[in-house]
Amino acid sequence: MAVSLHSVRHTFGRTSALLDIGLGVAWGECVALFGHNGAGKTTLLRIMATLLKPTSGTMQMAGHPYPGDRSLIRAATGFLGHQPLLYDDLTSRENLRFYGRLFDVSDVESRVSEVLEAVGMERMAERRVRTLSNGMQKRVALARALLHRPKVLLLDEPETGLDQASLTLLEQVLKDSLQTGASIVMATHDVDFGLRLAHRAVVIDGGRVVKDVPASEMDADALRELLAGHREHTP
Amino acid sequence: MRAYWRGALAVYRKDLLLEARSKEAVSTVAVFSLLVVFIFSFAFDPSPRTLALVGPGIIWVSYTFGGILGLNRAFSHEKDKGTLEGLVLAPLSKDAIYMGKFMGTLTLMLIVELLMLPVFLFFFDLNVLSFWFLVIALLAATGFAAVGTLFSAIAVNTRSREVMLPLLFLPMALPVVIAAVAGTEDALAGRGWAALGQWVQLLIAYDFIFIVLSSLTFEFVLEE
Amino acid sequence: MASAQQVRQRSFTGVAGLGLLVIVAILLLVDLALIFLWAPTELVLGEVQRIFYLHVPSALVGFMAFAVVAVGSVGYFWKRTAKWDRLAHSAVEVGVMFFTVALISGAIWAKPVWGTWWTWDPQLTTTFVLWVVYLVYLMVRAYVPSKDQAARYSAVIGIMGFPLVLLVYRAAELWAGIHPGTVVGPGAESDALDKDISLVFTFSLATFTLLFVYLLWQRVLVHKAEETVEELRASIK
Repeated sequence: MAVSLHSVRHTFGRTSALLDIGLGVAWGECVALFGHNGAGKTTLLRIMATLLKPTSGTMQMAGHPYPGDRSLIRAATGFLGHQPLLYDDLTSRENLRFYGRLFDVSDVESRVSEVLEAVGMERMAERRVRTLSNGMQKRVALARALLHRPKVLLLDEPETGLDQASLTLLEQVLKDSLQTGASIVMATHDVDFGLRLAHRAVVIDGGRVVKDVPASEMDADALRELLAGHREHTP
Repeated sequence: MRAYWRGALAVYRKDLLLEARSKEAVSTVAVFSLLVVFIFSFAFDPSPRTLALVGPGIIWVSYTFGGILGLNRAFSHEKDKGTLEGLVLAPLSKDAIYMGKFMGTLTLMLIVELLMLPVFLFFFDLNVLSFWFLVIALLAATGFAAVGTLFSAIAVNTRSREVMLPLLFLPMALPVVIAAVAGTEDALAGRGWAALGQWVQLLIAYDFIFIVLSSLTFEFVLEE
Repeated sequence: MASAQQVRQRSFTGVAGLGLLVIVAILLLVDLALIFLWAPTELVLGEVQRIFYLHVPSALVGFMAFAVVAVGSVGYFWKRTAKWDRLAHSAVEVGVMFFTVALISGAIWAKPVWGTWWTWDPQLTTTFVLWVVYLVYLMVRAYVPSKDQAARYSAVIGIMGFPLVLLVYRAAELWAGIHPGTVVGPGAESDALDKDISLVFTFSLATFTLLFVYLLWQRVLVHKAEETVEELRASIK
């Protein structure tokens, strides 16, 4: 299994964002996480990225037990959250070069060029990140997440701020990753995008998994209604 | 071991590159240190009579408070822009990150110390180019950076970081300040190892102990 | 729900706590009596010297507290369980109290004897720095968003404080060495003590130590109770 979570719970102060999460992801599988804002998707992804510690429960990430040796997990996991994690005053290339060294990428220069091409930012690689639009920064951030050839990709609403061209590019890049055997866990608000790309759809509500079915079995309209706030019917 | 230095140097080079681009840290800290010197000059009347007495004090007050300003910057940008997470995500032991940040902070402090030397030389006619003074300045800066890097990482996560950093740092910096002032007094008066030795030894001990301890406990600060 | 064994344990704790409180209270009264009625009046300093029985034990207990803080901090760093953090936190809270008493009583002693409220002798300097470190410890815990961070950061302070104390002491000692005559202090009273004075001093120290143990214990219990309440609250939701 690429990812497996059992009874994961997360409490911060008096609020519990996650109550009891069980999730399994196979190698080469893509799971789309759906849920309201505040349902716990971001918390879950951050826990999987080892940015947060679960209050209780067990977890295995990228084939390595957690806590264990977190370096092993981090070397095999790529995270794209809401913030791009880029240094404004450095160019895209300089940013990626830094992360390449940090993640011990062996062929840094060529790999950096490779991922910049994959996200279509090769031509603008020498511009300072500060001068890039949000959408472009997101692309570079995606490149950063892919740089060290992670076996598990964690994406938190990667479609936000992307225009259609960028969205198509994103889909292609993710598909390419899946081809190499990597797994993806992606939180998304875009129902069509999510169901198109994913093998499985998981719905999180109130800190729990309320639905976990193959994407083909998920009714897109019902899901959309659920996410729009009509809570009477769980699809 | 290789991984440790790879990570530390990566962080160090990145910070140097950033500073070379914006030049923000050196200029603000240097100007601030200068202002501190001037204010304390008027406060303590550095005429030739009193200079031997207050000179070392003024020097180290300036370096200490300038140092705090410089320390602030070690992590404040990272925290505000969120890039601190980028460091946490790296498959690197946290002490490597500490070392990288420590080297960056030390470099900044040494540059500012150097920039201030002409000020002390020309405005106060203090013999700051003495070998022992430079040794003490180096050792003290190391001590400040060693402890300050750790506490800067803590302070940046608290609610009132501009206040918390001095509160955390100053008590810890006390042995350095005592040794630096006393040693500087000896150095400027031209005394040799017989007088200075004990201060230099204290500083070396401080530096060694706190670089090791800060490295070890740094993971506690940067952990999830 | 508490097992029968836990309930029995808690009653024992309650009874033992009460017992200790009674013992400590009695010892304190005896101590006061000894200090003011039995101990001989010192030749040189006169009545004001009696403060010595309050000042030095308080300071020593404050340093004892710091040993506990260091142990608790290292323990938390190593094992990451709440009980170590509780120990360190409680020791700081109690230690702050004792140090405050030590600093104030030191000042009261210094004024009539040396004509100044404060001196930078090694002992006082170290006490003062540690007192400030305690306060910063408590502030950090208050100014940090999560309890987990509070525990971790204060453990770092507790660990770093230990070599700091030694280094500050050494630095102050060296500094006093090169500024002879300007630095005297209560700590300078290190000549051989009269037998009776020694006896009362030792009794005082023992009493204060017991008081410290009692307060520390109670403080840890209060923290534990607070945590239990938090857990219950969280699980209700």
